[in-house]
Amino acid sequence: MPIQYYIYLCLALFSIGIIGVLTRRNAIIVFMCVELMLNAVNLLLVAFSKMHYGLAIGANPETTVGIDGQLFVFFIMVVAAAEVSVGLAIIVMMYRNTHSVDINFLNRLKN
Amino acid sequence: MSKLVYLVPLFPLLGFLINGLGRKSMSRSLIGIVGSGAILASFVVSLLIFFDVKNNGASVIALFDFINVESFQIPFAFQVDQLSSLFLLIITGIGFLIHLYSTAYMHEEEPQHFGRYFAYLNLFVFSMLLLVLGANYVIMFIGWEGVGLCSYLLIGFWFKNNTYNYAARKAFVMNRIGDLGFLLAVFWLLFRLGTASYGDVFANVSKLSSFDVTAITTLLFVGAMGKSAQIPLYTWLPDAMAGPTPVSALIHAATMVTAGIYMIARSNILYTMAPATQTLVAVVGLATAIFAATIALKQNDIKKVLAYSTVSQLGYMFLGLGVGAYTGAVFHVMTHAFFKALLFLGAGSVIHAMHHEQDIRKMGGLKKYMPITHITFLLACLAIAGIPPFSGFFSKDEILTAAFAKNPIYYFVGVGGALMTAFYMFRLYTLTFLGDFRGTQDQGNHIHESPSAMTIPLIILAALSVVGGLIGIPEVLASNAHSLEHFLAPIFAESAKIAEHHHLEASQEYLMMGSSTLAIILIILFTVNRYKKYRATEQVDSSFSKLLENKWYIDELYDSLIVNPLNGLAGFFKNIVEKSGIDGMVNGVGRLVGYGSRQLRLLQSGQVGNYILIMVLAIVVFFVIWFNDLSIMRFFSKIF
Repeated sequence: MPIQYYIYLCLALFSIGIIGVLTRRNAIIVFMCVELMLNAVNLLLVAFSKMHYGLAIGANPETTVGIDGQLFVFFIMVVAAAEVSVGLAIIVMMYRNTHSVDINFLNRLKN
Repeated sequence: MSKLVYLVPLFPLLGFLINGLGRKSMSRSLIGIVGSGAILASFVVSLLIFFDVKNNGASVIALFDFINVESFQIPFAFQVDQLSSLFLLIITGIGFLIHLYSTAYMHEEEPQHFGRYFAYLNLFVFSMLLLVLGANYVIMFIGWEGVGLCSYLLIGFWFKNNTYNYAARKAFVMNRIGDLGFLLAVFWLLFRLGTASYGDVFANVSKLSSFDVTAITTLLFVGAMGKSAQIPLYTWLPDAMAGPTPVSALIHAATMVTAGIYMIARSNILYTMAPATQTLVAVVGLATAIFAATIALKQNDIKKVLAYSTVSQLGYMFLGLGVGAYTGAVFHVMTHAFFKALLFLGAGSVIHAMHHEQDIRKMGGLKKYMPITHITFLLACLAIAGIPPFSGFFSKDEILTAAFAKNPIYYFVGVGGALMTAFYMFRLYTLTFLGDFRGTQDQGNHIHESPSAMTIPLIILAALSVVGGLIGIPEVLASNAHSLEHFLAPIFAESAKIAEHHHLEASQEYLMMGSSTLAIILIILFTVNRYKKYRATEQVDSSFSKLLENKWYIDELYDSLIVNPLNGLAGFFKNIVEKSGIDGMVNGVGRLVGYGSRQLRLLQSGQVGNYILIMVLAIVVFFVIWFNDLSIMRFFSKIF
């Protein structure tokens, strides 16, 4: 499958994520959109990794080209997992304090 | 023996530290013992060194390196030779007497201030010893600054009186002006010769161009003008009377003002090589001698008269230096130290008895109340007036004879000054001790002779004033009797080789001595007669005497020419440049930042969405800038 398809898909996912983050007020949905953006990037990394590997294997069967892309994916997944745990904890605390998960309530730092 | 020379300044330094640090816990008598004892110990060591130098000659004692950078070296070394050992004796000897006198004079002070006083006094002597002992101009400069500082501290000793503080400040500023000249001269020497040690400088003086020598000596003389109170920097010395009277004695006799004379006598070779500067020194000295004498004629404050007399006598010393009579100048420093210390201490004794009355118009007739003070004061007056065989006669005669040999005009003007000296000294003497008492009844009941701690120094100094001149009897009166000249000969040997020698006929010298002495005696008789029947109501209102009484309005002239314009300039800088310029700039920066942040604060909407939007936009902008070669566009165009 041409790499372009993956790029289109990732762009679409990432844009959905950005738009979601920018437009939604529900903290949980914003949070999910952030995850969506992360996973869009993950997908792209995997796709490029596979592409480079496929190109290099013909010249050298022992090649490890592209493996670093997959490594990054694991890093991002680990970081995202940590982020989720912290983020969800914050949202829980936020709900306890404000009885809402609307991020526009979090404007105490205004001015 | 010379190796022990470091003890000489060490004792006063220790005295300063002990009295300075322990002034709050020590009793008056202990402070007095420490303060005077330190100077006495120095005096004993100085005596030993003096005789050692007399027998074994000069030496330079290096203690440690003061500055040592590659080839540039300034050792902390002491010059032990005829000139410095003589000055050591004057400083510590008279210094000790003044310390002893002070223990009684200052007895009314609180112990704490008493201790402060003696600490300053010891520091003063220490600085002066350092000045005299230093084997190079840099060490001399340390002492030079030290005496300036101590004079400031002591003149402003009674710091609760603001007038005294102004006097102290004036002394300091005037000295600083002179010090700048001295400092420049030292830099010039270092620049040209790479050394400031006397030995090296004097040995290499021929390497300097005549312009360099003239400039260096002139700048050094500017330093001497400040320190030794010559025109135009003399005005601080009369104001220095604000300090306690023994301090005036110390400043005028033993220390401080003789520093300039010492420095020029020390650098005599440089000055001999620069005839132009010598003429300048002689003219300034002579002008000061006359000018100060005229002012002294009409002063009514007992200490002011003495102060102007000091300025005038210093003028004679510079005249001596200027005409090449270095021995005469040093001789006059010595005799002047005796009788001027005596005069000041005598004046202090009078002031003490009169309960701090200093106006001679309100004194009179003190002869019968204070016999010792009266006799010693009279002897000092005779000495300063130049009556043979008192000490002042020999030294002044030596200077004036040398001046005559150089240029008869110097001589006649100088003799005119000497006649004025006789007049104002005997006016002072007559108004104070003769005639009827003119003070208040209360003062009259309390007049008493001073305690022995004050009269003993007076008696010793009186003895010295009487016989002190006998070490310098001129050749014409007795051959080979000028022992001071023989003693100091090695110091001035190089100059003596270069300088031209004038010899006067013996008959001419006799004539000069005889006529000037006769004139002085006549003046004295006239003065005593004139002021014996003085009444306080007596008023002379001629405009000229008013001019003299107001010191030629020199202070006012300086005020309007220098002080006020400077104050105006300072006011301009303070009000305009400082307030609008610098403050405006600094405050403007603050206001700008404040305004900027108030505007930027509006960005903090508190809406998380806004923040994220800004973040996303920022990232987009960042990408555009980062890939501004449009490679990202090409990338997109390729994939789409």
